[in-house]
Amino acid sequence: MSRARYKGADAGSGTFSGAGFAVKLVLIALVDALGVFGVLAAWRAGSWGILAAMVALLVAANWVYFTKRALPLKYILPGLAFLLVYQVYVIGYTGYVAFTNYGDGHNSTKEQAIDALLVQNERRVEGSPALPLTVVESGDGDLGFAVTRDGAVEVGTADEPLDAAPDATVSEGAVTAVPGWTVLDRQAVLQRQQEVTTLRVPVSDDAADGSVRTQDARTGYVFQPVLEYDEAADTMTDASTGVVYTPNDEGQFESADGETLPVGWRVTVGFENFATAFGDDRYAGPFVKILLWTFAFAVLSVVTTFALGMFLAMVFNDPRLRGRKVYRTLMILPYAMPGFLAALLWSGMLNKSFGVINQVLLGGAAIPWLTDPWLAKLSVLGVNLWLGFPYMFLICTGALQSLPGDVYEAARIDGAGKWRTWRSITMPLLLVATAPLLISSFAFNFNNFTLIKMLTGGGPRFDDASVPLGHTDILISMVYNVSGLDGSAPRDYGLASALSIVIFVVVGVISAIAFRQTRKLEELS
Amino acid sequence: MRRSILLASALATTLALTACGAGEPSGGSSADEGADPSAAPSASGSLTVWVDETREAAVQTAAEAYEAESGVDVEIVQKNFEDIRADFLAQVPTGEGPDITVGAHDWLGEFTANGVVQPIELGDKAGDFIPVSVEAFTQDGQVYGLPYAIENIALIRNTALAPEAPATYDDMVAAGKKADTKFPFLIQSDGDKGDPYTYYPFQTSFGAPVFEQNDDGSYRPELALGGDNGEAYATWLGEQGAEGNLSIDISYDIAVEAFAKGQSPFVIGGPWMLEQFQDLDLAVDPIPAPGDEPAQPFVGVQGFYVSAQSANALVANDFLVNYMSTSEAQTALFEAGGRPPALVEAADAASADPLVAGFREVGAQAVPMPSIPEMGSVWSFWGVTEASIISGKADDPVKAWDKMVSDIEGALG
Repeated sequence: MSRARYKGADAGSGTFSGAGFAVKLVLIALVDALGVFGVLAAWRAGSWGILAAMVALLVAANWVYFTKRALPLKYILPGLAFLLVYQVYVIGYTGYVAFTNYGDGHNSTKEQAIDALLVQNERRVEGSPALPLTVVESGDGDLGFAVTRDGAVEVGTADEPLDAAPDATVSEGAVTAVPGWTVLDRQAVLQRQQEVTTLRVPVSDDAADGSVRTQDARTGYVFQPVLEYDEAADTMTDASTGVVYTPNDEGQFESADGETLPVGWRVTVGFENFATAFGDDRYAGPFVKILLWTFAFAVLSVVTTFALGMFLAMVFNDPRLRGRKVYRTLMILPYAMPGFLAALLWSGMLNKSFGVINQVLLGGAAIPWLTDPWLAKLSVLGVNLWLGFPYMFLICTGALQSLPGDVYEAARIDGAGKWRTWRSITMPLLLVATAPLLISSFAFNFNNFTLIKMLTGGGPRFDDASVPLGHTDILISMVYNVSGLDGSAPRDYGLASALSIVIFVVVGVISAIAFRQTRKLEELS
Repeated sequence: MRRSILLASALATTLALTACGAGEPSGGSSADEGADPSAAPSASGSLTVWVDETREAAVQTAAEAYEAESGVDVEIVQKNFEDIRADFLAQVPTGEGPDITVGAHDWLGEFTANGVVQPIELGDKAGDFIPVSVEAFTQDGQVYGLPYAIENIALIRNTALAPEAPATYDDMVAAGKKADTKFPFLIQSDGDKGDPYTYYPFQTSFGAPVFEQNDDGSYRPELALGGDNGEAYATWLGEQGAEGNLSIDISYDIAVEAFAKGQSPFVIGGPWMLEQFQDLDLAVDPIPAPGDEPAQPFVGVQGFYVSAQSANALVANDFLVNYMSTSEAQTALFEAGGRPPALVEAADAASADPLVAGFREVGAQAVPMPSIPEMGSVWSFWGVTEASIISGKADDPVKAWDKMVSDIEGALG
């Protein structure tokens, strides 16, 4: 883009004229329309955080595209917005969860926990009959229930206990009309269903007799609460024993003698998750083994796939080879297959007694590919090699084809042999181009959960450990297990997030160091 | 300068709003309705039901009947059965969850501990169900699910290969060997992860249930699978593994395929297998016990849960208690999934099929799978240990079993 054209466009925006400005105005109008729609939706849903973020982004977008001072931002703002939403926010949220006790037993907010405790502890009075029930409305709009008890119709509301209504009409067991009350039809009941389900009509003036409630607006039952919540004091009281439960720091109601109610809520717990992550000595032994294997797996995966990919790329880059395009297409096939599917297929093929590898290729040998610790590690690396080499093949082919021919010519004139040319020219130049991708491949394989989960599930298990971890588990699959996400322990998202952050730091530090090292390579070119 | 930005932004926003306004009569209003999920239900009443693929059509039929009568919109959302448990736990607190979901009874402990389900008052209808199905969904005196199917495993016999039902485990192995098929009998495992669910009847016959049971059939979190009885079972597993009667390499698919091909007269499995055996002449018998006590498999009960955060609790309860508990609905679910119905009337009708009757008879002697949350910590140790004993990887079955018991105790804390 020439300086002159840029200036011209700029001048146009300053005077509110020109076709460019009109296009910009329309595009921004579209963005604003979307944004305002989002803001309104967030407003109605009561999501204040989203609302604030939307407003901020919207204001930023309008400012950036209508000011003259923010030219670079005009280019990077869309990317920046997506980075914020999809990366920074996710990491930030994970960081937040790491400091809470979100998990089994602390699954939601305090209000929901209180609701759940109350609803779980409202019991039907033993031996009380099912009462045919009709929802009625008083003259001033209060809802009430008309029930048939012992053959007689009684009507009441939340404030007025059940009272006899001798003039009511009953047909087929259901009350169809009560003088002074409007009988609500099904549609009307459904429209006010929240009110109907929360309505409690006392049986008598004595609260101990319980109250009538209904779940389907057809049949009522007499219920008696076991737990009562005192909003002012923020305490739960057991009506039968009189024990008072108060909220504790762990996000549960606790009685004076340390007994807790089952449903808790999310609270922040500081560094407790990090302490748990490294404090459980059952995990100490397996952790070291798994850490070493994770590094070995990630490094070996990168090295083997790169070696094979580069070798094949060089072979297929030789102009003397015929049908290179066909071969190249075939090479890409493993890359085109979903990784989890391939891993599953391989786990079937490597089955000791019935797998294709043992049965067909090896003539019925019983080689424990996935059940012997070392063979399982080899299998994991082998399958990952199969899955990963096409990617390396692709990037190496691309890099090789862009290598300058004159350097090779110079090498030839200097009398360098093939090996020397490869070592001193091809390899360094190739690494300059591919090093960042190798680092990202390392980071990917460090967290290659899909492969491990689908191929071996981490197995075979450590015989000497007391936790369900195995020889091919990597850190991320260990996190999955430790935090109970696989169902083998109570779920603990807080712990999982804390461990994920630790892994994030490890991978981040290694990548940063590696990128620093690659700068030296760049000096070559 | 600043003013021009403001002006331009205002212009852009006005333009946008005008554009919206222009489309108001047709597009605008419908978009508004769609963007506001809370407004729609209160206006007409609607219901979201999570259901797995197998049962989708059956629930759809009942939903249509309900829609026709009540005018309520029922939205059926198909989910993978394996995903429902975790998704329900995660989404109910956010308000994004369904009003009703299908589920298994052994999720109950976790669901109540996290406060995501609410009790259902079945009232007098509770008596219409097979007792174990309601018991399975009962916790602390409250019923949390509407049961629709009971499932358990039994011994499926190919009558062409074995005319008589075996009385004991040894009889079964002998009959299997006499039939001169590739396998004397088939029981599935899952590689080195094992399959303690399918092996459980063998274990109970040695008197080693997983947890201590209360008088009312519920479990308390005290391990019972250790001790002499458990060790006897472990020893037996080791012996049978060495003899080749049990193998961890027989996966579900392999077992079903081999039985369908007539490679064995017996397979231990559930009604979900029967579809693959349509060409065979079958009988369903109690599982023969290798120990002194009866071989009791686990009973699993399938049912519907109501979300604790449902804004349509009234509709949800009405739909479940009054529409899904009918004989037609339960029979439709049975025909879709092949699991015997939980409603007595529908179960009686289904029992006209001798195979269904066979499973039901075995189920009557079975024990419910524990629904306490502690069960989660047991599975992963249990299966792997059984597999390592059967495969011979663990040299000393008793030692391996004892280590398993102490590991589970460690995990339970």
